[in-house]
Amino acid sequence: MDLFDFKEGREGYYGDYGGTFLPEILYSTIEELKAEFRKAKDDPTFWQEFIELMQSYSGRPTPVTHLANLSNKLGGAQIYVKREDLNHTGSHKINNVMGQGLLVKRMGKTRVIAETGAGQHGYATATMAARFGFESKIYMGAVDVARQRPNVFWMENMGSEVVAVTDGQQTLKDAINECLRDWVTNMDNTHYVLGTACGPHPFPEMVSWFQSIIGREAREQVVDAAGKLPDRVFACVGGGSNAIGLFQGFMDDKDVQLVGCEAGGFGPGKGNHAARLAYKDATVGVAQGMKTYFLQNDDGNMLETHSVAAGLDYIGVNPVLVHLWEQDRVRFEAVTDSQVTEALKLCMRTEGLIPALESSHGFAQAILEAEKMSKDEVILINMSGRGDKDIFTIADALDDSHWKKFIKQKADAYSSEA
Amino acid sequence: MPLNQYLAERKAKVADSNRPAMIMTHVVCGYPSFEANWKALEVMDSFGVDLVELQFPFSEPSADGPLFVKANQEAIRSGVHVEDCFEFMAKVTAKFSFKVVMMGYYNTVFKAGHRDFLQRLKSAGAHGFILPDLPVEEAGELHDIAKELELAPIILMTPTNSDTRLAELAKSADGFIYTVARKGVTGSDTDMNTEVSDFIERCRTFTDLPLAVGFGVSKAEDIEFIGQHADIAVIGTAALKAWEDRGAEGLTEFFTQLLH
Repeated sequence: MDLFDFKEGREGYYGDYGGTFLPEILYSTIEELKAEFRKAKDDPTFWQEFIELMQSYSGRPTPVTHLANLSNKLGGAQIYVKREDLNHTGSHKINNVMGQGLLVKRMGKTRVIAETGAGQHGYATATMAARFGFESKIYMGAVDVARQRPNVFWMENMGSEVVAVTDGQQTLKDAINECLRDWVTNMDNTHYVLGTACGPHPFPEMVSWFQSIIGREAREQVVDAAGKLPDRVFACVGGGSNAIGLFQGFMDDKDVQLVGCEAGGFGPGKGNHAARLAYKDATVGVAQGMKTYFLQNDDGNMLETHSVAAGLDYIGVNPVLVHLWEQDRVRFEAVTDSQVTEALKLCMRTEGLIPALESSHGFAQAILEAEKMSKDEVILINMSGRGDKDIFTIADALDDSHWKKFIKQKADAYSSEA
Repeated sequence: MPLNQYLAERKAKVADSNRPAMIMTHVVCGYPSFEANWKALEVMDSFGVDLVELQFPFSEPSADGPLFVKANQEAIRSGVHVEDCFEFMAKVTAKFSFKVVMMGYYNTVFKAGHRDFLQRLKSAGAHGFILPDLPVEEAGELHDIAKELELAPIILMTPTNSDTRLAELAKSADGFIYTVARKGVTGSDTDMNTEVSDFIERCRTFTDLPLAVGFGVSKAEDIEFIGQHADIAVIGTAALKAWEDRGAEGLTEFFTQLLH
């Protein structure tokens, strides 16, 4: 099944979703990007260069780990985890970013911009820019800057300028708008490194392509380790890049169930969550360059969203996944903030793993289903990122008194310096 | 009267006057309030503006600069809905002599449904619409309905477009062409120079429709420059700034220095 074999006149469309909805001033920039991407995709040496870079710089292939303790504790399916957290910078975001970095070199541009929610994509972009010698500017919602200071710290220290966006809800979608505004001004020397498989064509296809490295590796690894294909594959879905990356490895394996796990936040009800497909609050719209499902009101204005995980706190969803959902190829479930915290605690205690709050959504749903599955069944979860970056949020969620005491001492020390 | 005919008449009038170009102004519906919009429009009408863009606020105004972003978001926060914008538009077109075009983002139209939205636009007395995030490739059905209802789809031409692309854009256009004087978002300064005039001349070779020049118009010299090369000067951010500074009085002073 080739998701990207477009019908005549429908380039960039997945069923009714996708497309290119951008201001005319970016038309030639997007045409240039499409052409450069097409050339790279048709050139086997480009993929080879990408693989070698990811091996030498980011530690690929990342392993698949059997969670024997957790599987035994739950008494159901055998759980395996694809360890994208072991990438350099701690998440799958680096796959897409290094790939786009190679394209930027081919296009001869010298400056990159990126939006970021959790900060992982901004962090990865800052890393790539430092490595390739590009100037870089990262746009991040002010709310996200406040909850993800550790990533901001690293971005700035790698030489990126981090801009706190104070428009709108001050989260991921507003950072994307700000990137578009920068891009319409500076497209001559600037490439917009979009971080997820959303936005205007060719981004959904391009990001999916770079992230397909996850699924290509994982299919072989899980078959080696478990002796069979997984019965169910779980991944969290914000924009949807880690999910489409892993799912592509199993697209032709009809018996493998693919499960996308969205942010259920406080639970159903408009404004309480960021679950576009699992809950029934989203409708089809056109914004941020694409046609897809959005959490929006009857006027077409976007709703507030909420998630404990900044990287899932987004109004829209990958158009490729929507198409697969409509065809019943991918199932969508929502996981609430409190379920996520419980799953995270269980992973830390039984396996010594700290999945990011985003990835913990996949774990929570898998744990729920594993119990009801038989022991000879196999589950694969994408651990898209590591949770160290979430230390402030997780410490709050766990109400950790030792942590609070430490922060107070630090604060006192800084204020006596001043 | 269709927009083409109206603009032809106005163009002849302007040629007989000491005004260098036709004038189009911009108002964000419901920001800071509909009452304030009305007063601003009274000022604009008193200066004989030819066209007004009424912007329907959208939560993701990605082609707008900071001042209009704020205006869009404040309007939505204060409870402005699409329905209110249509009602206001109907009042405006009933009262004033300038013609009105709708400006906004495509999702507002998409969500309402193409035919439904354009029919309401027609009933509210608008003459056309500007949707900066809708490329012509995606506009086929909408433009067909617009033609049927005698509404003009206003197309943007930009300095990054190739000649081939400009020719394509010209095919979809009606009413007038909105030429974007430079890269960037609304509201930043534009140097009116030969680069701009060369671009306008390049647009001219692909269309006979009147050319509007937008982005950063704030001084009398800008209007004179536009008059030499194009037909319509678009005044957006600078007017809103004047209103924000000192209300109707500030706006009156702004137009006085702009239009003598």
